[in-house]
Amino acid sequence: MKNDGEPMSVALEKLTEIAETIYGQLDSGDIPKMSLPLRTKGNIRFDNKTNVWKYGKATGVRSAKKAVGAYMLLRTMHMLEFIGDMISDSKSSTLREMYYISEGWGKAKFNSQDESDKLAEDLEIITKCLREDFKLRPEEDGARVIGNLTLEETDRKGKKKRMNCRDDVGDSGYSVPYNVESDKIKLISHDADFIIAIETGGMFDRLVENGFDEDFRSVLVHLKGQPARSTRRFIKRLNEELKLPVVTFTDGDPWSFRIHASVAYGAIKTAHISEYLATPTAEFIGITASDILNYDLPTDKLSDVDIKALEAELTDPRFRDPFWKTEIETMLENKKKAEQQALAKYGLDYVTDTYLPEKLTQAGII
Amino acid sequence: MATIAEELARKQKEISVSEFFERNRQILGFDSTVKALIVAIKEAVDNSLDACEEASILPDVSVTISKLDQTEFRVSVRDNGPGIVRAQMPNVFGRLLYGSRFHAIRQSRGQQGIGISAVVMYSQITTGKATHIRSKIAESDVSNDIDLTIDTKKNRPVVVREDHLIWEEGGTRVDHGTLIEFNLGARYVTGKQSVMEYLRSTAVVNPHATIRYTDPEGKVYNFDRATQTMPPKAVEVKPHPYGLEIGTLINMLAYTQEKRLSLFLRNEFSRISDRVAREICEKAMVSPDRRPKDISLEQAKAILAAIAQTKIMAPQTDCLSPIGEALIKRGLKNVLGTLRPEFYAQPVTRPPAVNGGNPYQVEAGIVYGGELPPDQPVTIMRYANRVPLLYQQGACATTQVVGAIDWRRYGLEQRGGTGIPYGPAVILVHVLSTKLPFTSESKEAIAPIPNIMEEIDLALRTCARNLKSHLNKKETKSRAAVKFDIVTEIIPKIAEKTSKILERPVPDISRTITKIMNVVFIEDSVEYDQKKKLTKATIRVRNYTARKQELKVHALVPREYIDSGSIYPEPAEIADDGKIMWDIKKMQSLQTVECTFAMKGLERDDYTENEVYVSDINPATVIGAETLPGDWGIKTFEFEETEEEEADYDEEEGELSEE
Repeated sequence: MKNDGEPMSVALEKLTEIAETIYGQLDSGDIPKMSLPLRTKGNIRFDNKTNVWKYGKATGVRSAKKAVGAYMLLRTMHMLEFIGDMISDSKSSTLREMYYISEGWGKAKFNSQDESDKLAEDLEIITKCLREDFKLRPEEDGARVIGNLTLEETDRKGKKKRMNCRDDVGDSGYSVPYNVESDKIKLISHDADFIIAIETGGMFDRLVENGFDEDFRSVLVHLKGQPARSTRRFIKRLNEELKLPVVTFTDGDPWSFRIHASVAYGAIKTAHISEYLATPTAEFIGITASDILNYDLPTDKLSDVDIKALEAELTDPRFRDPFWKTEIETMLENKKKAEQQALAKYGLDYVTDTYLPEKLTQAGII
Repeated sequence: MATIAEELARKQKEISVSEFFERNRQILGFDSTVKALIVAIKEAVDNSLDACEEASILPDVSVTISKLDQTEFRVSVRDNGPGIVRAQMPNVFGRLLYGSRFHAIRQSRGQQGIGISAVVMYSQITTGKATHIRSKIAESDVSNDIDLTIDTKKNRPVVVREDHLIWEEGGTRVDHGTLIEFNLGARYVTGKQSVMEYLRSTAVVNPHATIRYTDPEGKVYNFDRATQTMPPKAVEVKPHPYGLEIGTLINMLAYTQEKRLSLFLRNEFSRISDRVAREICEKAMVSPDRRPKDISLEQAKAILAAIAQTKIMAPQTDCLSPIGEALIKRGLKNVLGTLRPEFYAQPVTRPPAVNGGNPYQVEAGIVYGGELPPDQPVTIMRYANRVPLLYQQGACATTQVVGAIDWRRYGLEQRGGTGIPYGPAVILVHVLSTKLPFTSESKEAIAPIPNIMEEIDLALRTCARNLKSHLNKKETKSRAAVKFDIVTEIIPKIAEKTSKILERPVPDISRTITKIMNVVFIEDSVEYDQKKKLTKATIRVRNYTARKQELKVHALVPREYIDSGSIYPEPAEIADDGKIMWDIKKMQSLQTVECTFAMKGLERDDYTENEVYVSDINPATVIGAETLPGDWGIKTFEFEETEEEEADYDEEEGELSEE
């Protein structure tokens, strides 16, 4: 990746400040500690300006008084050093590589990649930079897009490639890179009325085969379960820059509700950059608890984990509206969940001929 | 209630005692073929141990079981006891109610002289075969060998074969000892209630005995003695009038040599003076000069009632012979073998107490953790006069007390706080008395008498508190270990990294360290020097606070073993009960003081953990030792205000499952 100077040196400066703070605490005989906003559902607030959920004012302390805190602080120092080295060597690494780098840190090595990913996010929050500024990037995620959308991507050799996401791609569609900012992708033109973000690959392929993108003038985006940052950012850019409305089409289970929440409201884990990732106007047209009843869909029994997840959602401020409250409670009551592909009960075309037109009409999209 | 044996003795005119037992064998514990084998061995081993102890011989007992067919086994039990003279042999083994112990009031294993002859009879009933006995006394050159049966109608032994021979075992002449061999209808099992368990349990409470066991498959197990010291001999005492039963009184009146009631009372009982004897006679309205043989049943009852109304000194208690705290530990250790537990609670021997007219005493021990199985009910080892109790666990006073204690307070698991606790532990309870109250004549469970249960409870709780204090110590130590890791590993590394990133000198972290630890840390260790037979103890005190500290450190040490020249630094005091006290003054921040001492005359593992206490310091600032119990010069301390805790970022319940 090219080093364009400006954001990198800011990141380096901010990271050095963290080291300064810790050094200062040790030098004056105090117990080293760091303050961070609590990344819990209890500490996210709706931001009226941006219409997304962001971290509130509650903070927690990571202190060397306790073992966990002490280890995390030591890891932070190692990570600072590593990022500093990458910046001066013009290198970058994936988050997974970052995790493996810690193998050489002795006692400070991470126990799991989750831990190192989370620490990278902590640093984003403290410095108000993005992990890309730290030369850390996720693995290519390859969320797919099909629809009449033309964009221009700057490839790894610096060559600009213009392509139409319907005509210039194969059946698996355009693969979304991890960097979707305007320096990498320019949105050129489109001929579509809305974006439909789909949870599962099976359903994405069904819509492609049935020609849903052409028949309904839509751009299909495959979320691949919980969508990566780049996928959410990409959807947000289409929504903001091309003024295309967004709908999410998911399974009918507690985890799918959360997928919609992270697309539309902002994920708890990345609430520090919600305004950059979330699309507040996105509408949910996935399988609801009511759909399970109304469409008489084949179901599975809720597992104990599912029930816990639903109960947690009842106290999640993002779901605190009448629609979600009713749907969550209905699902808890019926103890049933259904996959979006359960619609095949009525034939392969049912989803594109009946279900989606009905749901899109209800949502006021068509 | 008179013992069944005594009642039966009176019935002797109607039917023979032997005949009665032949029909009611369950009374003696021969109620199943599995049990019969264990009970038969137990009776023989009890006899062997009792005989050795009477003669002050360290017992060597060998038990061998051979399988003859599915239902018949041959048992042989051999000891190195004093032997039995020829004239007594038939009576000892072939006549119920015969024995030196029947009329003696003394703590012993067997009590009524029923046991071994019942075994001879059981053998005879189930196999039709005679019992072989060989015995040799030191004065004789040859042993006496007899084959014996019992004439059950007449309760008389019948010698069916007799021989004399030179007794050799493994090529060596036997100097003295007794061997009994018999066949019996039985079933052999392994497991919790088995011959093996019985012998293992026996070895625990008889650390002076070597027991060798050859099982039916020919496998040999050795339980070697853990001490060369004989237990003190149990003293024979006269019965105390309290707790006397009518049957016993009538028997005694019938057999006494005394000619007058007052003399009978004074000389046949303990704690009765002339004055007390006169008082009893007066209250019973029986002439003190009346011949004991002429006392009627009505008069005997009146005497008993008078005794109850008369104040008589409590019975003497020095006639009991407990195993003792050190030997309980050694016995347990010896028998656990390769299983290494984590902790032996200091065994407890309670002072003797009195129930009715009989002195009794309770001992207890707890072994915990290590390689003991963790998720099973604890093993309860019950003993009565050094005899393990294997059956009727639920009916026993010991089990009932164990089940009534809330063991959760002492670090064991227990559903609802009652019942047998779960966990890696062995609980040992030994009750000893000149006359133990059993629930039945088969002597399988101690009767739940309130007095005795209370003593068991006190003994167990003392052990349990010791266990809990060990567990607390372990927990605070593991917490301290975490902090040590922070201050010795992590903080120095953080300092090093930050200074490297910032290209500045490494900051001094000592103040940070004292802020994180903020304790006076006490560690104790014990080493054993095999060559010099020295037990060396070290108590290490480190001041991990930011301030100077002063404190007193106390170690409770067995007084008789302390090598007083070895105590360093100079102690401020050595108390008579073995408490060593050091007065540590002006300990600088991050300073370490080591207190050491040595003990002589202890075996390895006798002393493995120091009992350390502190005083004259805020207990909240000390880790690794508890505050000296009692109001032993302890000032009260204001607890320091701890700063208000901020939410811990890494421990806050998060919901980061998204993305």
